[in-house]
Amino acid sequence: MNTAFLIQLLVNGLVVGTLYGVVAMSFVLIYKATQVVNFAQGELLLVGAWVCWALLAKYQVPFWIGMPMTLVFMFVFGIAIQVLILRPMIGEPIISVIMVTIGLSTVFQAALKWMFGVNPQPFPRVFESQSVNLLGLQIQTVYIMSLVVSVAMMIGMAWFFRASKYGLAMRATAFNQQVAQSLGISVKSVFAMAWAISATVSAVAGVVVAVVNGVSSGLAAYGIKVFPAAILGGLDSVGGAVLGGIIIGLLENIAQYVDSQYLHWGNLYEIAPFYVLIIVLMIKPYGLFGTHDIERI
Amino acid sequence: MAGPALIPAGDFRTTYAADTTIFPTKTSRNFAIAGVLLLCLAPQFFGGYWLSILIQIGIFSIAALGLNILVGFTGQISIGHAAFFLLGAFTSAYISNNAPIPVFFAIPLAGIVTALVGLVFGIPAARLKGLYLVIATLAAQYILLDFFSRAEWFSGGSVPASAEPFSIFGYTLRGDKQYFYVVLAYVLASYILVTNLMRTRDGRALVAIRDHYLSAEIMGINLTKYRTLSFALAAFFAGIAGALYAHYQQVVSQEGFGIERSILFLAMIIIGGTGSIMGTLMGTAFVVLLPESMEWLSLHLKGGAIDHALSLNTNITFLREIAIGLIIIAFLMFEPDGLAHRWRQIKAYWKLYPFSH
Repeated sequence: MNTAFLIQLLVNGLVVGTLYGVVAMSFVLIYKATQVVNFAQGELLLVGAWVCWALLAKYQVPFWIGMPMTLVFMFVFGIAIQVLILRPMIGEPIISVIMVTIGLSTVFQAALKWMFGVNPQPFPRVFESQSVNLLGLQIQTVYIMSLVVSVAMMIGMAWFFRASKYGLAMRATAFNQQVAQSLGISVKSVFAMAWAISATVSAVAGVVVAVVNGVSSGLAAYGIKVFPAAILGGLDSVGGAVLGGIIIGLLENIAQYVDSQYLHWGNLYEIAPFYVLIIVLMIKPYGLFGTHDIERI
Repeated sequence: MAGPALIPAGDFRTTYAADTTIFPTKTSRNFAIAGVLLLCLAPQFFGGYWLSILIQIGIFSIAALGLNILVGFTGQISIGHAAFFLLGAFTSAYISNNAPIPVFFAIPLAGIVTALVGLVFGIPAARLKGLYLVIATLAAQYILLDFFSRAEWFSGGSVPASAEPFSIFGYTLRGDKQYFYVVLAYVLASYILVTNLMRTRDGRALVAIRDHYLSAEIMGINLTKYRTLSFALAAFFAGIAGALYAHYQQVVSQEGFGIERSILFLAMIIIGGTGSIMGTLMGTAFVVLLPESMEWLSLHLKGGAIDHALSLNTNITFLREIAIGLIIIAFLMFEPDGLAHRWRQIKAYWKLYPFSH
């Protein structure tokens, strides 16, 4: 047993897991509000990270201006995707809509490689990178920053859904579109808002990952890890998505520990979440908090 | 999804047999036979390059046909098709290398093995309604590719596996010209098989599930059974196509069979027309020819203003991916029935020419 290594990995897992949770949360937000399974979630992260990188590194904008600019851009970007691409698809079969998001992810992925190149780019120093000694553990400040930002976003999201008027409108739309519409909620603007918020939140997560690891197209992998997390938590549960993300993050790192200490298979870190996904589908298909569908005829 | 068939006025069908016929008229049947005969002559006229493109179209169209059973006829999505394609390729190479089984039998065996592996991933998802299959196949894509890079006994790990050339009853086929006929035979067999499948009860059950799964279930169709069946069929054709590809290339490596390739398979059927068997062939041809035509275009634009603005040569791969993505989106938004629908409209236009309105 290598306890220090294990604890280090668990801390890693918690930090990465909360980020997965944030991305999964924004994925579930779109799914709940608009019934679209978004395969371009990871690319939203990537767009946010690259835009912020371009502002900071290329145009030398200070971080406290560059970050809000990124967020505003992503907000508009999210609305633009919804209005231009997904609104015309309303009423089409659901599988067509999914395939549109798959097409979108291809386009974004390739376009970003085209514009920014394939090489990973280091992110400009935002914080003085230091290690903090916490209960005998060396923890980098960026990790703590990442954890704080993620938790803040989760709390913000919870507040938004529980207390704000728009959050209430969004929950009503998710519950029943027709009833919501008849009560005077503009379903159109709720759809656009869901995409805007999801894109913005994803961008924050993208920038956080970029600050820690640099910007590269590998960031889009976070969009893929969303699926195990969201399935584990239940496809339509925001809280479940957060918990699922944290569990997947921890599990990845535990898999890495087991792999490096005992099994020596290599690459178990990458692939473990997908085994979990299949197992969850077999034994508890609606996840931890998902709603079972009971249909009336 | 498939639009209404454009049947000329006065063509009344009074029996079920007439309604399910493959060729509505004698002329259409004769045209189909003539088309196949013309294709048989293709190796005489085409050089090595175009012949290899034709073979690729043939192989990929079999895989795309499998995917179309799943997406177009059953209304489920798979984004792990490339992994099943690759599994078929490795399996066929492994069988023909390690067992005294000729390649001729190894190919269908590879299809069966792929279908069985597909079931492992498909069964948990097929029990559920909605979009769980697409997520399960996403997992399949990653798990299978990870398996291939790990299992050196099976796929050679990081070293590409070698596959024997196609042989039948001790006679070995060599070169593209001979292999073309093998692919043609397989393409014909699978297309006839699927066309006929769609005329049977099982095929109509799949379409019923796509159109309204609740009504289908009430009418006595076992949803789980048919969803699983269609997924197994999709994997089977992917396996067959992969095996053909393995013995064509005679080397199998997992390079280029990531999730992008799965999306490419989806693009083939979206462009061709989901739920259209002939459309699958058109869509595959479109997707295979697109990179070729883009390369040709970039070669001709070389040195021009557009070349300078986009620096085409270095970025051609990205531009190709962007084009594929945009074409997928454009077809879904503006022509959801794909090229097959366009083709029907062109035919209708000329049928009624010059009074086409």
